[in-house]
Amino acid sequence: MTPIGLSPYLTVGAVLFVAGVVCMATKRNAVGILMGVELVLNAANLNFVAFNRFGKLGLDGQMFALFVIVLAAAEAAVALAIVLNFYNNHYTIDVDHGEQLHG
Amino acid sequence: MNETTWHSILFWIMALIACGSAVLVVLTSNIVRMAAWLLVSLSAVAGLFFLIGADFVGAAQLLIYVGGTLVLLIFGVMLTASGPLANLSTPSRDWLIAAIVGSALMILLIFTLINPGIDWSTDSLSENLEAPSGKTTMSIGLALLGIRENPNASSYLLPFEIASVHLLVVLIGAAYLARAKRRSDPPTPT
Repeated sequence: MTPIGLSPYLTVGAVLFVAGVVCMATKRNAVGILMGVELVLNAANLNFVAFNRFGKLGLDGQMFALFVIVLAAAEAAVALAIVLNFYNNHYTIDVDHGEQLHG
Repeated sequence: MNETTWHSILFWIMALIACGSAVLVVLTSNIVRMAAWLLVSLSAVAGLFFLIGADFVGAAQLLIYVGGTLVLLIFGVMLTASGPLANLSTPSRDWLIAAIVGSALMILLIFTLINPGIDWSTDSLSENLEAPSGKTTMSIGLALLGIRENPNASSYLLPFEIASVHLLVVLIGAAYLARAKRRSDPPTPT
């Protein structure tokens, strides 16, 4: 069996990315939208590490992936604090109800 | 079976688990089940990292992403999704638009991947001196301090320090934003 090359890893990254984008676009729950963001960031991480192994990226791919993991954790913390404030003020987590800034 | 066959079999198992769980995250409408499928998907991505040979990134993914960020998301789910808020379904018109946009994006990405005019890879390991080989921790640690094997490669000392300050700022900010406040009066049912 031929060894796994670059394209299968990039395909898995593409599927994860599209799943994350569709999750961000369709979910009404605010935490569901955050889960879509996590999927997108994981797809980018997989691309980085795959290019480290099969491409010309060098160790930079893994360093970028590490920093993406750190920044994603920080962003999830702040976004969840905002979501909790929204829930405490409106008594719902449905983003369709967040229309006070509606034009 | 030799090593290459095991590598291929494990790759296909992990890839199918990761992609299938990601699609299930999108399709489920129960928020707690979404969190469970996301946990499975992120663990399968960590398995893919280990298969590539990036052991430190795979371990960091399991520790920080699955064990930290996802547990934080589950905290958020448990604090906010009670009763009728656990299942919020999207109207089918939004599903149609999202399916069209998602398919268009998927076609664009797949076309970029299978385009034979682009040469992505180099397979000669003499060019790729920093290929992940399962023992990457020392190189990553030295790179974070600014020591690289190739003298023309960039150092990661400044992003390391900035990330530390960033984490401190996020810690203080999130703790302040999510502090316990006097709850406003519940809205009168309409």
